[in-house]
Amino acid sequence: MNLISCYKLSVGYENKKVVTDVNININTGDYLVIVGDNGSGKTTIVKTLLGLIKPLRGKISFNVEKNSIGYLPQKNEDKSNFPASVYEVVISGCLNSKKWLSFYNKSDAQRVNINLHKFGVAKLKNKNFKELSGGERQRVLLARAMCAFSKVLILDEPNTGLDQKTTRELYDLIEKINKEGITIIMISHDLDKTLKYANKILEVKEGKAIYRTKEQYLSGVNV
Amino acid sequence: MSVISEMLSYAFLSRALIAGILISICASLLGVVLVLKNYSMIGDGLSHVGFGSLAVATALGLAPLKVTIPIVIIVAFFLLKINDSSKIKGDAAIALIASSSMAIGVLSVSLRGVNTDINNYLFGSILSISQSDVLLSVTLTLIILALYIIFYNKIFIVTFDENFAKAVGINTDLYNMLIAILTAITIVLGMRLMGSLLISSLIIFPTLTSMRLFKTFKSVIVSSMLVSVICFIIGMILSYNYSLPTGSSIVVVNMLCLILFSVINQIKLHVNK
Repeated sequence: MNLISCYKLSVGYENKKVVTDVNININTGDYLVIVGDNGSGKTTIVKTLLGLIKPLRGKISFNVEKNSIGYLPQKNEDKSNFPASVYEVVISGCLNSKKWLSFYNKSDAQRVNINLHKFGVAKLKNKNFKELSGGERQRVLLARAMCAFSKVLILDEPNTGLDQKTTRELYDLIEKINKEGITIIMISHDLDKTLKYANKILEVKEGKAIYRTKEQYLSGVNV
Repeated sequence: MSVISEMLSYAFLSRALIAGILISICASLLGVVLVLKNYSMIGDGLSHVGFGSLAVATALGLAPLKVTIPIVIIVAFFLLKINDSSKIKGDAAIALIASSSMAIGVLSVSLRGVNTDINNYLFGSILSISQSDVLLSVTLTLIILALYIIFYNKIFIVTFDENFAKAVGINTDLYNMLIAILTAITIVLGMRLMGSLLISSLIIFPTLTSMRLFKTFKSVIVSSMLVSVICFIIGMILSYNYSLPTGSSIVVVNMLCLILFSVINQIKLHVNK
Protein backbone atom coordinates (compact mmCIF):
# COMPACT_ATOMS: atom_id res chain seq x y z
CA MET A 1 0.00 0.00 0.00
CA ASN A 2 1.26 3.44 -0.89
CA LEU A 3 1.90 5.45 2.27
CA ILE A 4 3.65 8.65 1.32
CA SER A 5 4.20 10.09 -2.12
CA CYS A 6 5.39 13.39 -3.39
CA TYR A 7 5.67 14.78 -6.88
CA LYS A 8 7.90 17.65 -7.98
CA LEU A 9 8.43 18.69 -4.41
CA SER A 10 10.74 21.62 -3.67
CA VAL A 11 12.06 21.96 -0.16
CA GLY A 12 13.99 24.71 1.58
CA TYR A 13 13.74 27.61 3.97
CA GLU A 14 11.90 30.83 3.30
CA ASN A 15 12.99 31.76 -0.19
CA LYS A 16 16.07 29.61 -0.35
CA LYS A 17 15.45 26.43 -2.30
CA VAL A 18 17.59 23.58 -1.09
CA VAL A 19 16.38 20.64 -3.16
CA THR A 20 14.01 20.68 -6.14
CA ASP A 21 12.08 17.97 -7.96
CA VAL A 22 11.84 15.39 -5.24
CA ASN A 23 9.67 12.52 -6.43
CA ILE A 24 9.17 9.63 -4.07
CA ASN A 25 6.74 6.81 -3.48
CA ILE A 26 6.91 5.02 -0.20
CA ASN A 27 4.99 1.81 0.32
CA THR A 28 4.30 -0.20 3.44
CA GLY A 29 7.39 -2.10 4.52
CA ASP A 30 9.81 -0.06 2.43
CA TYR A 31 13.29 0.72 3.65
CA LEU A 32 14.33 3.99 2.05
CA VAL A 33 17.82 5.29 2.55
CA ILE A 34 18.49 8.96 1.82
CA VAL A 35 22.13 9.63 0.97
CA GLY A 36 24.07 12.76 0.10
CA ASP A 37 26.87 15.03 1.21
CA ASN A 38 26.73 17.19 4.30
CA GLY A 39 24.49 20.16 3.72
CA SER A 40 22.94 18.69 0.57
CA GLY A 41 19.47 18.97 2.06
CA LYS A 42 18.72 15.47 3.36
CA THR A 43 17.47 16.71 6.69
CA THR A 44 15.44 19.43 4.97
CA ILE A 45 13.61 16.78 2.92
CA VAL A 46 12.88 14.74 6.01
CA LYS A 47 11.68 17.76 7.96
CA THR A 48 9.33 18.61 5.12
CA LEU A 49 7.96 15.06 5.11
CA LEU A 50 7.35 15.41 8.83
CA GLY A 51 5.58 18.72 8.38
CA LEU A 52 8.14 20.61 10.46
CA ILE A 53 8.71 22.96 7.52
CA LYS A 54 6.36 23.76 4.68
CA PRO A 55 7.15 22.60 1.15
CA LEU A 56 8.09 25.47 -1.16
CA ARG A 57 6.39 23.83 -4.13
CA GLY A 58 4.58 20.62 -4.84
CA LYS A 59 2.54 18.45 -2.58
CA ILE A 60 3.01 15.49 -0.33
CA SER A 61 0.13 13.07 -0.09
CA PHE A 62 -0.18 10.90 2.95
CA ASN A 63 -2.04 7.66 3.04
CA VAL A 64 -1.19 7.30 6.66
CA GLU A 65 -2.15 9.38 9.64
CA LYS A 66 0.34 12.16 10.22
CA ASN A 67 0.87 11.23 13.83
CA SER A 68 1.77 7.64 13.06
CA ILE A 69 5.08 8.80 11.66
CA GLY A 70 7.74 8.35 14.31
CA TYR A 71 10.87 10.43 14.28
CA LEU A 72 14.35 10.00 15.62
CA PRO A 73 15.96 13.43 15.23
CA GLN A 74 19.60 13.93 14.43
CA LYS A 75 21.73 14.21 17.50
CA ASN A 76 22.50 17.90 17.49
CA GLU A 77 21.34 19.51 20.66
CA ASP A 78 23.32 18.81 23.72
CA LYS A 79 20.93 17.13 26.09
CA SER A 80 23.69 15.97 28.39
CA ASN A 81 22.49 18.23 31.14
CA PHE A 82 18.80 17.46 31.02
CA PRO A 83 17.33 15.79 34.08
CA ALA A 84 15.06 13.05 32.76
CA SER A 85 14.73 9.34 33.45
CA VAL A 86 14.62 6.82 30.61
CA TYR A 87 11.01 6.10 31.53
CA GLU A 88 10.05 9.78 31.32
CA VAL A 89 11.65 10.02 27.89
CA VAL A 90 10.08 6.86 26.46
CA ILE A 91 6.56 7.51 27.74
CA SER A 92 6.59 10.96 26.16
CA GLY A 93 6.23 9.14 22.83
CA CYS A 94 2.70 8.17 23.88
CA LEU A 95 1.69 11.84 23.71
CA ASN A 96 0.93 11.76 20.01
CA SER A 97 -2.35 9.94 20.53
CA LYS A 98 -3.57 12.55 23.00
CA LYS A 99 -5.46 15.67 22.21
CA TRP A 100 -5.90 18.17 25.01
CA LEU A 101 -5.64 16.13 28.12
CA SER A 102 -2.18 14.73 28.25
CA PHE A 103 -2.22 12.28 31.13
CA TYR A 104 -0.86 8.80 30.67
CA ASN A 105 -2.90 5.71 31.46
CA LYS A 106 -2.23 2.04 32.08
CA SER A 107 -2.08 1.06 28.43
CA ASP A 108 0.54 3.76 27.85
CA ALA A 109 2.64 2.28 30.64
CA GLN A 110 2.24 -1.16 29.10
CA ARG A 111 3.32 0.10 25.70
CA VAL A 112 6.39 1.64 27.29
CA ASN A 113 7.32 -1.64 28.94
CA ILE A 114 6.89 -3.60 25.72
CA ASN A 115 9.10 -1.19 23.83
CA LEU A 116 11.71 -0.98 26.58
CA HIS A 117 12.06 -4.76 26.33
CA LYS A 118 11.99 -4.79 22.56
CA PHE A 119 14.94 -2.42 22.35
CA GLY A 120 16.82 -4.03 25.21
CA VAL A 121 16.74 -1.07 27.56
CA ALA A 122 14.30 -2.36 30.17
CA LYS A 123 16.87 -2.45 32.91
CA LEU A 124 17.78 1.19 32.27
CA LYS A 125 14.19 2.30 32.95
CA ASN A 126 14.96 4.33 36.07
CA LYS A 127 18.36 5.52 34.94
CA ASN A 128 19.05 9.09 34.07
CA PHE A 129 19.01 9.70 30.32
CA LYS A 130 22.18 11.78 30.47
CA GLU A 131 24.15 8.95 32.06
CA LEU A 132 23.56 6.59 29.12
CA SER A 133 26.05 5.75 26.41
CA GLY A 134 25.42 6.92 22.86
CA GLY A 135 24.10 3.55 21.74
CA GLU A 136 21.79 3.24 24.74
CA ARG A 137 20.41 6.70 24.08
CA GLN A 138 19.54 5.84 20.49
CA ARG A 139 17.77 2.68 21.65
CA VAL A 140 15.79 4.68 24.18
CA LEU A 141 14.82 7.22 21.50
CA LEU A 142 13.81 4.38 19.18
CA ALA A 143 11.62 2.99 21.93
CA ARG A 144 10.09 6.44 22.32
CA ALA A 145 9.40 6.68 18.57
CA MET A 146 7.74 3.26 18.63
CA CYS A 147 5.56 4.29 21.55
CA ALA A 148 4.10 6.90 19.24
CA PHE A 149 2.25 4.04 17.48
CA SER A 150 4.49 4.54 14.51
CA LYS A 151 3.87 2.85 11.21
CA VAL A 152 6.61 4.85 9.56
CA LEU A 153 9.86 5.60 11.28
CA ILE A 154 12.07 8.44 10.08
CA LEU A 155 15.63 8.34 11.34
CA ASP A 156 18.15 11.09 10.81
CA GLU A 157 21.66 9.63 10.90
CA PRO A 158 21.00 7.44 13.90
CA ASN A 159 24.61 6.26 14.04
CA THR A 160 26.14 9.69 14.74
CA GLY A 161 28.73 9.31 17.45
CA LEU A 162 28.43 5.55 17.73
CA ASP A 163 31.27 3.08 17.30
CA GLN A 164 31.13 0.41 14.59
CA LYS A 165 29.87 -2.39 16.78
CA THR A 166 27.08 -0.28 18.31
CA THR A 167 26.15 1.00 14.87
CA ARG A 168 25.81 -2.54 13.55
CA GLU A 169 23.64 -3.52 16.51
CA LEU A 170 21.46 -0.48 15.95
CA TYR A 171 21.08 -1.24 12.22
CA ASP A 172 20.15 -4.83 13.03
CA LEU A 173 17.51 -3.60 15.44
CA ILE A 174 16.10 -1.25 12.80
CA GLU A 175 16.06 -4.14 10.31
CA LYS A 176 14.13 -6.20 12.84
CA ILE A 177 11.36 -3.62 13.17
CA ASN A 178 11.34 -3.18 9.40
CA LYS A 179 10.72 -6.93 9.06
CA GLU A 180 7.82 -6.53 11.48
CA GLY A 181 6.18 -4.23 8.94
CA ILE A 182 7.38 -0.80 10.01
CA THR A 183 8.33 1.40 7.09
CA ILE A 184 11.78 2.92 7.49
CA ILE A 185 13.09 6.18 6.06
CA MET A 186 16.67 6.71 7.09
CA ILE A 187 19.20 9.39 6.35
CA SER A 188 22.58 7.78 6.19
CA HIS A 189 26.13 8.87 5.75
CA ASP A 190 27.57 5.54 4.80
CA LEU A 191 25.55 3.84 2.12
CA ASP A 192 27.99 0.93 1.95
CA LYS A 193 26.82 -0.10 5.42
CA THR A 194 23.13 0.57 4.97
CA LEU A 195 22.66 -0.55 1.37
CA LYS A 196 22.07 -4.16 2.32
CA TYR A 197 18.99 -3.23 4.36
CA ALA A 198 17.46 -0.80 1.87
CA ASN A 199 15.10 -1.45 -0.99
CA LYS A 200 14.93 2.15 -2.20
CA ILE A 201 17.57 4.86 -2.44
CA LEU A 202 17.16 8.62 -2.64
CA GLU A 203 20.36 10.36 -3.65
CA VAL A 204 20.51 14.08 -2.93
CA LYS A 205 23.12 15.90 -4.96
CA GLU A 206 23.56 19.52 -6.01
CA GLY A 207 19.96 20.48 -5.34
CA LYS A 208 18.49 17.49 -7.13
CA ALA A 209 17.13 14.24 -5.81
CA ILE A 210 17.41 10.95 -7.67
CA TYR A 211 14.98 8.30 -6.57
CA ARG A 212 15.66 4.70 -7.52
CA THR A 213 15.06 1.20 -6.35
CA LYS A 214 18.06 -0.63 -5.02
CA GLU A 215 18.29 -2.70 -8.25
CA GLN A 216 18.21 0.40 -10.42
CA TYR A 217 20.80 2.02 -8.19
CA LEU A 218 23.15 -0.96 -8.32
CA SER A 219 22.91 -1.33 -12.09
CA GLY A 220 23.34 2.40 -12.53
CA VAL A 221 20.06 2.90 -14.42
CA ASN A 222 19.08 6.52 -14.78
CA VAL A 223 15.45 7.33 -14.21
CA MET B 1 8.78 30.39 65.09
CA SER B 2 8.22 33.40 67.31
CA VAL B 3 10.00 35.48 64.67
CA ILE B 4 7.47 34.41 62.06
CA SER B 5 4.45 35.19 64.22
CA GLU B 6 6.05 38.54 65.06
CA MET B 7 6.50 39.20 61.33
CA LEU B 8 2.91 38.19 60.58
CA SER B 9 1.62 40.78 63.01
CA TYR B 10 2.67 43.44 60.51
CA ALA B 11 0.15 43.64 57.68
CA PHE B 12 2.70 44.67 55.06
CA LEU B 13 5.05 41.85 56.05
CA SER B 14 2.40 39.17 55.90
CA ARG B 15 1.32 40.51 52.50
CA ALA B 16 4.93 40.34 51.32
CA LEU B 17 5.29 36.79 52.70
CA ILE B 18 2.15 35.51 50.96
CA ALA B 19 2.90 37.21 47.65
CA GLY B 20 6.55 36.21 47.84
CA ILE B 21 5.89 32.52 48.53
CA LEU B 22 3.44 32.37 45.63
CA ILE B 23 5.79 34.20 43.27
CA SER B 24 8.62 31.89 44.34
CA ILE B 25 6.48 28.89 43.35
CA CYS B 26 5.65 30.37 39.94
CA ALA B 27 9.20 31.47 39.28
CA SER B 28 10.65 28.06 40.13
CA LEU B 29 8.10 26.18 37.98
CA LEU B 30 8.75 28.40 34.97
CA GLY B 31 12.45 28.45 35.77
CA VAL B 32 12.81 24.72 35.16
CA VAL B 33 11.51 25.16 31.63
CA LEU B 34 13.45 28.36 30.92
CA VAL B 35 16.77 27.05 32.21
CA LEU B 36 16.47 23.73 30.38
CA LYS B 37 15.47 25.43 27.14
CA ASN B 38 18.47 27.78 27.51
CA TYR B 39 16.15 30.75 27.85
CA SER B 40 17.55 32.01 31.17
CA MET B 41 18.74 35.24 29.56
CA ILE B 42 15.20 36.00 28.39
CA GLY B 43 14.08 36.10 32.02
CA ASP B 44 16.90 38.46 32.83
CA GLY B 45 16.16 40.70 29.84
CA LEU B 46 12.47 40.87 30.70
CA SER B 47 13.15 42.10 34.19
CA HIS B 48 15.10 45.04 32.79
CA VAL B 49 12.27 45.82 30.38
CA GLY B 50 9.95 45.61 33.36
CA PHE B 51 12.03 48.23 35.15
CA GLY B 52 11.95 50.54 32.15
CA SER B 53 8.21 50.39 31.64
CA LEU B 54 7.49 50.61 35.36
CA ALA B 55 9.57 53.76 35.57
CA VAL B 56 7.98 55.31 32.49
CA ALA B 57 4.48 54.45 33.73
CA THR B 58 5.19 56.04 37.11
CA ALA B 59 6.66 59.15 35.50
CA LEU B 60 3.57 59.52 33.31
CA GLY B 61 1.29 58.92 36.28
CA LEU B 62 -0.20 55.73 34.85
CA ALA B 63 -1.11 52.58 36.77
CA PRO B 64 2.23 50.74 36.84
CA LEU B 65 1.10 47.10 36.54
CA LYS B 66 -1.52 47.73 33.88
CA VAL B 67 1.13 49.28 31.64
CA THR B 68 4.05 47.04 32.50
CA ILE B 69 2.47 43.60 32.16
CA PRO B 70 1.33 44.00 28.53
CA ILE B 71 4.63 45.62 27.50
CA VAL B 72 6.69 42.85 29.06
CA ILE B 73 4.47 40.19 27.44
CA ILE B 74 4.99 41.79 24.02
CA VAL B 75 8.75 41.93 24.55
CA ALA B 76 8.70 38.29 25.70
CA PHE B 77 7.06 37.26 22.40
CA PHE B 78 9.61 39.26 20.53
CA LEU B 79 12.60 37.77 22.38
CA LEU B 80 11.32 34.24 21.78
CA LYS B 81 11.06 34.96 18.07
CA ILE B 82 14.60 36.37 17.95
CA ASN B 83 15.91 33.35 19.81
CA ASP B 84 14.33 31.00 17.28
CA SER B 85 15.65 32.74 14.19
CA SER B 86 19.29 32.15 13.57
CA LYS B 87 19.86 35.44 11.75
CA ILE B 88 20.16 37.68 14.78
CA LYS B 89 22.18 36.59 17.75
CA GLY B 90 19.65 36.22 20.55
CA ASP B 91 21.94 37.05 23.46
CA ALA B 92 23.19 40.27 21.83
CA ALA B 93 19.62 41.40 21.15
CA ILE B 94 18.63 40.68 24.74
CA ALA B 95 21.57 42.67 26.07
CA LEU B 96 20.65 45.62 23.84
CA ILE B 97 17.00 45.60 24.81
CA ALA B 98 17.84 45.20 28.50
CA SER B 99 20.29 48.09 28.67
CA SER B 100 18.08 50.36 26.55
CA SER B 101 15.12 49.74 28.84
CA MET B 102 17.25 50.48 31.88
CA ALA B 103 18.47 53.73 30.34
CA ILE B 104 14.97 54.88 29.39
CA GLY B 105 13.71 53.96 32.84
CA VAL B 106 16.42 55.87 34.69
CA LEU B 107 15.97 58.89 32.42
CA SER B 108 12.23 59.07 32.88
CA VAL B 109 12.50 58.73 36.64
CA SER B 110 15.16 61.43 36.92
CA LEU B 111 13.20 63.78 34.63
CA ARG B 112 10.44 63.64 37.21
CA GLY B 113 13.04 64.37 39.83
CA VAL B 114 12.14 61.47 42.11
CA ASN B 115 15.31 59.49 42.57
CA THR B 116 14.24 57.45 45.57
CA ASP B 117 11.96 55.38 43.36
CA ILE B 118 14.87 54.05 41.35
CA ASN B 119 16.25 52.20 44.32
CA ASN B 120 12.89 50.55 44.97
CA TYR B 121 12.56 49.44 41.38
CA LEU B 122 16.10 48.17 41.11
CA PHE B 123 16.37 46.32 44.39
CA GLY B 124 12.76 45.85 45.37
CA SER B 125 10.81 46.90 48.40
CA ILE B 126 8.50 44.83 50.56
CA LEU B 127 6.59 47.99 51.33
CA SER B 128 5.42 48.19 47.74
CA ILE B 129 3.31 45.02 47.93
CA SER B 130 -0.32 46.09 48.00
CA GLN B 131 -3.51 44.17 48.66
CA SER B 132 -4.17 43.95 44.91
CA ASP B 133 -0.67 42.58 44.30
CA VAL B 134 -1.43 39.75 46.72
CA LEU B 135 -4.71 39.05 44.94
CA LEU B 136 -2.97 39.04 41.58
CA SER B 137 -0.26 36.73 42.91
CA VAL B 138 -2.82 34.25 44.23
CA THR B 139 -4.68 34.24 40.91
CA LEU B 140 -1.50 33.89 38.89
CA THR B 141 -0.16 31.06 41.03
CA LEU B 142 -3.40 29.14 40.71
CA ILE B 143 -3.40 29.61 36.93
CA ILE B 144 0.23 28.56 36.56
CA LEU B 145 -0.22 25.52 38.81
CA ALA B 146 -3.34 24.44 36.91
CA LEU B 147 -1.72 24.88 33.50
CA TYR B 148 1.41 23.12 34.68
CA ILE B 149 -0.52 20.10 35.93
CA ILE B 150 -2.82 19.88 32.89
CA PHE B 151 -0.03 20.28 30.34
CA TYR B 152 2.75 18.72 32.39
CA ASN B 153 3.55 15.93 29.92
CA LYS B 154 3.46 18.28 26.95
CA ILE B 155 5.64 20.79 28.74
CA PHE B 156 8.12 17.98 29.31
CA ILE B 157 8.33 16.95 25.68
CA VAL B 158 8.42 20.53 24.35
CA THR B 159 11.29 21.24 26.74
CA PHE B 160 13.15 18.01 26.16
CA ASP B 161 12.88 17.67 22.40
CA GLU B 162 11.06 20.35 20.45
CA ASN B 163 11.53 18.67 17.08
CA PHE B 164 10.07 15.40 18.28
CA ALA B 165 7.20 17.29 19.90
CA LYS B 166 6.44 18.99 16.58
CA ALA B 167 6.65 15.69 14.75
CA VAL B 168 4.02 14.12 16.99
CA GLY B 169 1.73 17.04 16.25
CA ILE B 170 2.16 19.25 19.30
CA ASN B 171 1.84 22.96 18.64
CA THR B 172 5.17 23.90 20.18
CA ASP B 173 4.79 27.60 19.35
CA LEU B 174 1.67 27.70 21.47
CA TYR B 175 3.49 26.26 24.47
CA ASN B 176 6.45 28.60 24.01
CA MET B 177 4.05 31.54 23.94
CA LEU B 178 2.30 30.29 27.04
CA ILE B 179 5.61 30.02 28.87
CA ALA B 180 6.57 33.52 27.70
CA ILE B 181 3.33 35.10 28.91
CA LEU B 182 3.47 33.41 32.29
CA THR B 183 7.14 34.32 32.70
CA ALA B 184 6.43 37.94 31.85
CA ILE B 185 3.67 38.19 34.45
CA THR B 186 5.73 36.42 37.11
CA ILE B 187 8.68 38.73 36.53
CA VAL B 188 6.62 41.90 36.75
CA LEU B 189 4.96 40.78 39.97
CA GLY B 190 8.18 39.49 41.49
CA MET B 191 10.08 42.60 40.49
CA ARG B 192 8.26 44.75 43.03
CA LEU B 193 9.50 42.52 45.80
CA MET B 194 12.90 41.41 44.54
CA GLY B 195 13.83 44.33 42.33
CA SER B 196 14.46 44.13 38.62
CA LEU B 197 18.13 43.38 39.08
CA LEU B 198 17.52 40.38 41.30
CA ILE B 199 14.26 38.80 40.13
CA SER B 200 15.90 36.54 37.53
CA SER B 201 17.75 34.77 40.33
CA LEU B 202 14.39 33.52 41.60
CA ILE B 203 13.88 31.85 38.23
CA ILE B 204 17.35 30.42 37.73
CA PHE B 205 18.72 29.42 41.15
CA PRO B 206 16.14 26.84 42.31
CA THR B 207 16.41 24.86 39.07
CA LEU B 208 20.20 24.83 39.00
CA THR B 209 20.30 23.94 42.69
CA SER B 210 17.87 21.05 42.26
CA MET B 211 19.70 19.73 39.21
CA ARG B 212 22.76 19.11 41.40
CA LEU B 213 20.95 16.35 43.29
CA PHE B 214 17.89 15.31 41.31
CA LYS B 215 18.01 13.55 37.99
CA THR B 216 14.43 13.21 36.79
CA PHE B 217 12.26 15.98 35.42
CA LYS B 218 9.55 15.50 38.01
CA SER B 219 11.90 15.45 40.98
CA VAL B 220 13.69 18.58 39.74
CA ILE B 221 10.36 20.42 39.50
CA VAL B 222 9.22 19.40 42.98
CA SER B 223 12.60 20.16 44.50
CA SER B 224 12.79 23.55 42.78
CA MET B 225 9.47 24.54 44.23
CA LEU B 226 10.54 23.57 47.74
CA VAL B 227 14.00 25.11 47.44
CA SER B 228 12.50 28.34 46.13
CA VAL B 229 9.92 28.68 48.90
CA ILE B 230 12.30 27.69 51.70
CA CYS B 231 15.03 30.07 50.51
CA PHE B 232 12.49 32.86 50.24
CA ILE B 233 11.24 32.35 53.80
CA ILE B 234 14.76 32.10 55.25
CA GLY B 235 15.78 35.21 53.32
CA MET B 236 12.78 37.13 54.60
CA ILE B 237 13.48 36.13 58.22
CA LEU B 238 17.15 37.10 57.93
CA SER B 239 16.23 40.39 56.35
CA TYR B 240 13.72 41.15 59.13
CA ASN B 241 15.99 40.06 61.98
CA TYR B 242 19.12 41.83 60.85
CA SER B 243 17.53 44.71 58.91
CA LEU B 244 19.02 43.56 55.60
CA PRO B 245 17.64 44.34 52.14
CA THR B 246 15.06 41.64 51.36
CA GLY B 247 15.85 40.84 47.75
CA SER B 248 19.58 40.54 48.33
CA SER B 249 19.10 38.35 51.40
CA ILE B 250 16.93 35.94 49.40
CA VAL B 251 19.47 35.76 46.58
CA VAL B 252 22.33 35.09 49.00
CA VAL B 253 20.35 32.30 50.69
CA ASN B 254 19.71 30.81 47.23
CA MET B 255 23.41 31.05 46.48
CA LEU B 256 24.34 29.24 49.70
CA CYS B 257 21.74 26.60 48.95
CA LEU B 258 23.29 26.00 45.51
CA ILE B 259 26.71 25.60 47.13
CA LEU B 260 25.26 23.23 49.73
CA PHE B 261 23.61 21.04 47.07
CA SER B 262 26.79 20.99 45.00
CA VAL B 263 28.83 19.89 47.99
CA ILE B 264 26.33 17.14 48.85
CA ASN B 265 26.46 15.99 45.24
CA GLN B 266 30.27 15.84 45.33
CA ILE B 267 30.17 13.86 48.57
CA LYS B 268 27.63 11.47 47.06
CA LEU B 269 29.82 10.93 44.00
CA HIS B 270 32.78 10.27 46.27
CA VAL B 271 30.93 7.77 48.44
CA ASN B 272 29.57 5.91 45.42
CA LYS B 273 33.03 5.49 43.92
